[in-house]
Amino acid sequence: MSKRNFTDHALVQLTLMRMREFIREPEALFWSMIFPIALAAGLGIAFRNRPPEVLKIAAVTPHLAEALRREKLLDVMQLPSELAEQFIRTGKVALVAEPGADGSVIYRYDDTNPEGRQARMLADQAIQRASGRQDPITGNDQIMREPGSRYIDFLIPGLIGMGIMGNSIWGPGFSIVDARRKKLLKRIVATPMPKHYYLLSFLVWRMILLPVDVGVPLGFGILVFGIPLRGPIVALVGTCVLATLAFSAGGLLIASRVRTIEAASGLMNLSMVPMWILSGVFFSSQRFPDLVQPAIKALPLTAVIDALRANMLQGSGFAQIAPQAAVLGAWLVVCFGLSLRLFRWR
Amino acid sequence: MPGLVRASPTQAALRVRNLRKTYNDVVAVDGLDLEICSGECFGLLGPNGAGKTTTIEICEGLTEADSGEVDVLGLRWSSDAPALRQRLGIQLQETQLAEKLTVSETLRLFRSFFHQGPGAEEAIRVVQLEEKRDARVGALSGGQKQRLALACALVGDPDLLFLDEPTTGLDPQARRQLWDLIEEFKAAGRTILLTTHYMDEAEKLCDRVAIMDHGKTIAQGTPRELIASIGVEHVVEFSAGNAAVDLSGIRAMAGIRDVRTENGNVLLQVTELHKAVPALLDELTRQGVPLTELRTHSATLEDVFVHLTGRHLRDE
Ligand SMILES: Nc1ncnc2c1ncn2[C@@H]1O[C@H](COP(=O)(O)OP(=O)(O)OP(=O)(O)O)[C@@H](O)[C@H]1O
Ligand SMILES: [Mg+2]
Repeated sequence: MSKRNFTDHALVQLTLMRMREFIREPEALFWSMIFPIALAAGLGIAFRNRPPEVLKIAAVTPHLAEALRREKLLDVMQLPSELAEQFIRTGKVALVAEPGADGSVIYRYDDTNPEGRQARMLADQAIQRASGRQDPITGNDQIMREPGSRYIDFLIPGLIGMGIMGNSIWGPGFSIVDARRKKLLKRIVATPMPKHYYLLSFLVWRMILLPVDVGVPLGFGILVFGIPLRGPIVALVGTCVLATLAFSAGGLLIASRVRTIEAASGLMNLSMVPMWILSGVFFSSQRFPDLVQPAIKALPLTAVIDALRANMLQGSGFAQIAPQAAVLGAWLVVCFGLSLRLFRWR
Repeated sequence: MPGLVRASPTQAALRVRNLRKTYNDVVAVDGLDLEICSGECFGLLGPNGAGKTTTIEICEGLTEADSGEVDVLGLRWSSDAPALRQRLGIQLQETQLAEKLTVSETLRLFRSFFHQGPGAEEAIRVVQLEEKRDARVGALSGGQKQRLALACALVGDPDLLFLDEPTTGLDPQARRQLWDLIEEFKAAGRTILLTTHYMDEAEKLCDRVAIMDHGKTIAQGTPRELIASIGVEHVVEFSAGNAAVDLSGIRAMAGIRDVRTENGNVLLQVTELHKAVPALLDELTRQGVPLTELRTHSATLEDVFVHLTGRHLRDE
């Protein structure tokens, strides 16, 4: 019998099986790489920083129109009052300025619409200044459009977290359900293979894929949008590793008993969709009521995204993201422990 | 092949006592006893749903019995599972191996689970899949897949081989190829438990068989003993077209053990063919019935099953 080398180890062979099944499925490979890039590109373009918007308003008299035109952020149309009325109803202008009694001015606008309120402020300021108001203090503007405070900077960590979650849950989940359906699982436990090796091979394989899972959206963000990496890289890597382990364990747990792809899809969506919404991928999770904040903070996706944002945007190291790391660690231990107990091999 | 020297042939490799297993209201195994000696090839023969797979999977430690005792190679599943797994070779009924792996990758994977054994390349050679060693499992024919499954059962150099319907669904040529392989393992002194519902397979491969029906063994012994036990050496089958045959006249003939009709044919179980056939022809001439078909064959395990249950092993 020949001496056994590294590749004859059961865990290595199982991981090689994961790898071969992955790279021999070209579509899956394509989508797992292309999807995050397409999403980041699309959202990056949609929410790119635009020059400050010019607001359209209407003035009913030439006198008012002239006064208002001194404000550069207003685009003023002079309209007869019926037409002005019609324009504001259809949202073509944000505000209508009309002369009132005794030289006063009437502003007609919708106060629930931010554009209306902003137009009101700008218009009033322009008219007051045109009538001779002197501001007691001069304000000088200094414009900030720095990397780190744009929407794309907020978005990329969210997409990285979402990508880790999706890949780690779908990947093991589908392989396992497929293997169970084909009775391959049953065949494998009929061998002396230590059972935890089978489950571990999924975690090992996700670790190997991690540079791709994270590198693709991160590299894209850095190259195309110049997003910053302000914190220590080890903390970034550590967060991603922990997140991958925690979500893969979640995938194992979801797949521990189901027998059909449909049931597995349902369970996976059931667990992922709420996190897509609640965990602040696309907008800050702070917008949800205070009452539910502790629950949102306990979600693994919230933990990853918060930690990534803190690290990349605010420069946080391990010490500052310890609470998030603890949340992920807890999910990892609970999910892996439960799946070892609940897992059905047939 | 390594491991030619096996345990002494009289020692029991597998002993099953009063085994029971129910699924909800279905009694799959109903008080089964088996004893398989080291070095023998033992067959479980029975129709669909007889409980063969349930029995073999309990012996393989994959299914828990409700009650009963199972000794495998002198060990128990409850206490010696890891040691047992190293010594068993298992082929399940209808496993699909990973389609995207190649033959040699699959065998290296299975080999990696065992402490010792012949290695992937040797297993490929044994089951004659050399030409397909780099082919994907998904691209193999049915017979090639079965041979690969067999190879997966062999990579741990097992002392006891479990084969659940190794040739079901294969064409005659592929079946014969697998039979040759199994005969080789027998010759190498391995103990084999196989299930089948082909009586010719059991007759050809098995030293002893147990005939199962409804979760019980209804007969056990060598194929010869079982066939001899029904006291019938030959079966005569004839058809008289649409003419009515008086069966009582035929029953009265000497050397006729049993008469039955099946799909318009009449089947006779006879002890002495050379006397029964002329007597039958005389009797039919006497009744004035024309003979449209006449066939005879030596009694088989199928006839044993029919004799014991009144049914066929396979419902064609
Ligand atoms: N997991 C299960 N759940 C419920 N009933 C089952 C299960 N497995 C087997 N049975 C029932 O137990 C009985 C015996 O089944 P088993 O698979 O052991 O038969 P078998 O002899 O292997 O048949 P076949 O020749 O078709 O493979 C059948 O009636 C079957 O329906
Ligand atoms: Mg069966």
